[in-house]
Amino acid sequence: MKFTKDHEWVRLEGDIAVVGITKHAADQLGDVVFVETPEAGKSVNRGDSFAVVESVKAASDVYAPVSGEVVEGNDALAGGPETVNADPEGDGWFAKIKVADPAEVEALMDRATYDQYVSTL
Amino acid sequence: MRYLPLTPDDRTAMLAAIGAKSVDDLFVDVPEAARRDGVVDLPRVMGELEVERALKRMAGKNTVAGDVPFFCGAGAYRHHVPATVDHIIQRSEFLTSYTPYQPEIAQGTLQYLYEFQTQVANLTGMPVANASLYDGSTAMAEGVLMATRVTRRNKAVISGGVHPHYVAATETVVHAMGVETQVLAPAVDGEAEVIGQIGPDTACVVVQTPNIFGTATDVSKIAEAAQAAGALLIVVVTEAASMGLLKSPGEMGADIVAAEGQSIGNALNFGGPYVGLFATRDKLVRQTPGRYCGETVDAEGRRGFVLTLSTREQHIRRDKATSNICTNSGLCTLAFSVHMSLLGETGLRRLALLNHEKAVATRDAVAAVPGVEVLTPRFFNEFAVRLPSDATEVVDQLAERGILAGVPYGRLNPGAGMEDVLLIAATETTTDDDISALKSALAEVL
Amino acid sequence: MSTMNTVGRPTTPNAVSEKPATLTGARGLLQDEALIFESDGWGKTGVDLPEPKTDGGDLGDLVRADPIGLPGLSEPEAMRHYVRLSQKNHAIDLAVYPLGSCTMKHNPRLNEKMARLPGFSDIHPLQPQSTVQGALELMDSLSHWLTTLTGMPAVALSPKAGAHGELCGLMAIRAAHRAAGHGLRSDNPRNKVLVPTSAHGTNPATAAFVGYQVVEVKQTDDGRVDVADLASKLGDDVAAIMVTNPNTCGLFERDILEISRLTHEAGAYFYCDGANFNAIVGRVRPGDLGVDAMHINLHKTFSTPHGGGGPGAGPVVLSEALAPFAPAPWVVGGKDGFRLIEREEGDAAQAFGRLCAFQGQMGMYVRALSYMMSHGSDGLRQVAEDAVLNANYIKARLSDVMSAAFPNGPCMHEALFDDTWLKGTDVTTLDFAKAMIDEGFHPMTMYFPLVVHGAMLIEPTETESKAELDRFIAAMRALAGAAKAGDVDRFKGAPFHAPMRRLDETRAARSPVLRWTAPEGTNRAA
Repeated sequence: MKFTKDHEWVRLEGDIAVVGITKHAADQLGDVVFVETPEAGKSVNRGDSFAVVESVKAASDVYAPVSGEVVEGNDALAGGPETVNADPEGDGWFAKIKVADPAEVEALMDRATYDQYVSTL
Repeated sequence: MRYLPLTPDDRTAMLAAIGAKSVDDLFVDVPEAARRDGVVDLPRVMGELEVERALKRMAGKNTVAGDVPFFCGAGAYRHHVPATVDHIIQRSEFLTSYTPYQPEIAQGTLQYLYEFQTQVANLTGMPVANASLYDGSTAMAEGVLMATRVTRRNKAVISGGVHPHYVAATETVVHAMGVETQVLAPAVDGEAEVIGQIGPDTACVVVQTPNIFGTATDVSKIAEAAQAAGALLIVVVTEAASMGLLKSPGEMGADIVAAEGQSIGNALNFGGPYVGLFATRDKLVRQTPGRYCGETVDAEGRRGFVLTLSTREQHIRRDKATSNICTNSGLCTLAFSVHMSLLGETGLRRLALLNHEKAVATRDAVAAVPGVEVLTPRFFNEFAVRLPSDATEVVDQLAERGILAGVPYGRLNPGAGMEDVLLIAATETTTDDDISALKSALAEVL
Repeated sequence: MSTMNTVGRPTTPNAVSEKPATLTGARGLLQDEALIFESDGWGKTGVDLPEPKTDGGDLGDLVRADPIGLPGLSEPEAMRHYVRLSQKNHAIDLAVYPLGSCTMKHNPRLNEKMARLPGFSDIHPLQPQSTVQGALELMDSLSHWLTTLTGMPAVALSPKAGAHGELCGLMAIRAAHRAAGHGLRSDNPRNKVLVPTSAHGTNPATAAFVGYQVVEVKQTDDGRVDVADLASKLGDDVAAIMVTNPNTCGLFERDILEISRLTHEAGAYFYCDGANFNAIVGRVRPGDLGVDAMHINLHKTFSTPHGGGGPGAGPVVLSEALAPFAPAPWVVGGKDGFRLIEREEGDAAQAFGRLCAFQGQMGMYVRALSYMMSHGSDGLRQVAEDAVLNANYIKARLSDVMSAAFPNGPCMHEALFDDTWLKGTDVTTLDFAKAMIDEGFHPMTMYFPLVVHGAMLIEPTETESKAELDRFIAAMRALAGAAKAGDVDRFKGAPFHAPMRRLDETRAARSPVLRWTAPEGTNRAA
């Protein structure tokens, strides 16, 4: 699993990147009340805002950690936003993106580097 | 000064507690060049009596609607408001409270907002309504912007029957956001003309019923056409009381209703404050401007209410906010809700029928005046007539005779070639004597 | 007193000290009040209207056939319903309402009386202008007071709230740049607006709304705009700066003249958020500070009621450079009386458009003018002085038990504390605020401005007496002492004594219930 400074994570399954927000991000947001995930077929560039997550105290854009085409958004979050708090790095995934350039994934932080980064915040 | 409780002794004691020599010490951060030593050149402190005298003098120069035969409408309607309404909105706990950000000590406001939202939703026939916007015209502008967000398209097609001031207020704001508008030529009975203009880039079509000429329209076909093309239908209503008689926008397929709620509970007030009603479909709730009040429970499990879905408001979203709205129409909302609670369905339907009855009687009376041509085919409480001469001049002449005969369409939309069109409204406050006075005065001047 | 019947009376009131839950859900004077939709008011009405002579048959199938879903209440029922609800609200008429940056001051009832004179309340916005000369005169008088107090040449009255005023000001600025050939989408774009980090959220929201890119300007350690940072970001791509002064930390921007000089030198305009004008009215004129546009919240500085969230009113004063771009309508005076300019034509050809259907918030204009006339120029100066004195008094009396965010130097109309002093207590700013509710006070503004951790922004206003301030200070000191003494339960569960305990906002937002619906199996409309 790889991580970004904006607190997204990426897990590669073949050429599909499963993307979500980190546990740290979910904890910071507090109780998530609404998630807007992208529709399949949408193409995104790395750094684009491609989803929205809202808690009672904040609303944040979620940025695409990799470029590619969305093959699936996690529709289950619409009816169960609490999953983002309960299992942010598992069932709380946001979208699956068909990766255009695997090198983009490689360039992201690994867990240890990300944890180190979070500890400096 | 009667509003300032501190005495000179208090001030001295407080300055001492602060460690300041004089109040000037507290203003040291003001650059010297910008400090003003003396008082500005305006009148000095006045007692209640003097203020009352001065303001009454100004008020006395105006022709009061309730004192004369009165037929003005065009987006602001004179209805009778029960005395209870004004008493309740002047309760300290409603009048002098802030936005209910601390729900534990604001349930009064929150519960009436929840009731208001339900009343508006039911009145408009829509699943949900927000806690109000500034007025009908700004509600329309917000509706258009919301439609562009929902559809990710960039153009609004606006019927020629929409109130020209609503169109102007909307275009001013949405053009600044880069949204295109196409406004059709004014037509007394042409709401459906928008259908032919719907294209793949159309975010929404905006129609009004009853429209500025008073024409009531079944917009179901327009809704179908808009939705088939992936656009939203925004229905504007400037006379909320009409929904007590006419099919609701929701029933006819509206996606968004942007309405003026002044008619219920609120005085004419020379144009404001009014109350914007904004209702929509469930699935669009999170795209709605303004605020909502929602039901929840407290720590003991008791039902209570809170402001909710406000993360899109500016205090959280800042430059990512989707709307500029930061307030609602609080007291006007309460006035609406109290009046509506008093009316109930029975009273509202009766009120609406009385409005229609008076308007029909007025139409019949003026139609009998030679030279007057009634233009509006189906109406609630307002209709347009064509006069043989300039409507503004006729209105001015009638005003000299002590009759406020209506609103010249040309005042709202000069240069549209309809300077001879007069908009005439009647409500339950219109008497038979008013109608005869209008008829005979019109006959005299025409 | 021999006639008094004392038979059967207990000698000690409240002999039992434990508090059993009530059987009805009521708590003494506080009634558990159902929604109007849950009453038996279906079919009832509290308004006596004559029987209509028509059934609307002439309208055919345009007539609404299905039930609408609106219960009715008789007058006594309505009165009870709303009075019961009202008793669950805090209000400025009850106690200090120290919401920083919101300015909850006394609302004089003379204002209400004046706004209800039929000559103001019962006139139509589109009556012939000859029949509303007094109303136009009132608007003209209000304009005169506002422009004189601010030292600005023009004012656009029509914006309906503060944020609407910001929109008005930025649109005027945008129109002025366009007229000079600097459109947002031209080759020579001025597409940025600089906003300090401490700004109220409406500032960046409004700038972005109009299409500008928002660039944040840093703040110095003493809570002011970092002028060096501002200077480095100013350039020919900047349309305007938006600075609140006094700012949201309750401090006067000492370098304000330098800020406006730099801004104008860069060809940009200075938008001042006038939310805190109440701190300087009568003592400082924004026009003397180089301001180009500033909205004035009539409900803050000039005491029109907040009414549980509105209606507001946000007139915008404008500099000579921006005045031609003000939106329609406005009032002009001449020998033939007053006239309303309603369209962008003639002298008004450059107006940027129209912001609302009619003339704006006339009812608020009357109230604000009534307030200003009552005070007079001398009284208004005293307003600013007492507001600032009261805030500094609170700051002085609480600084030893709480931590002032900017301890050095005076504050203006509001005192800002951070949560450093709560460290180690396990009590948060929010907990502290909720405990204030139990003590009978409305909490201060919390967690704003964002630049101060756990911010507590206290604005007493000038309409608090010293005795009431002392009562407030005593309560704050007692609470601070309790927090530091480890009396955590008092805070964590608070409020205990309010009409409601803490409400579950997460639940409200996750599955929104935004209206009443009839329970399953009942046959109620909609």
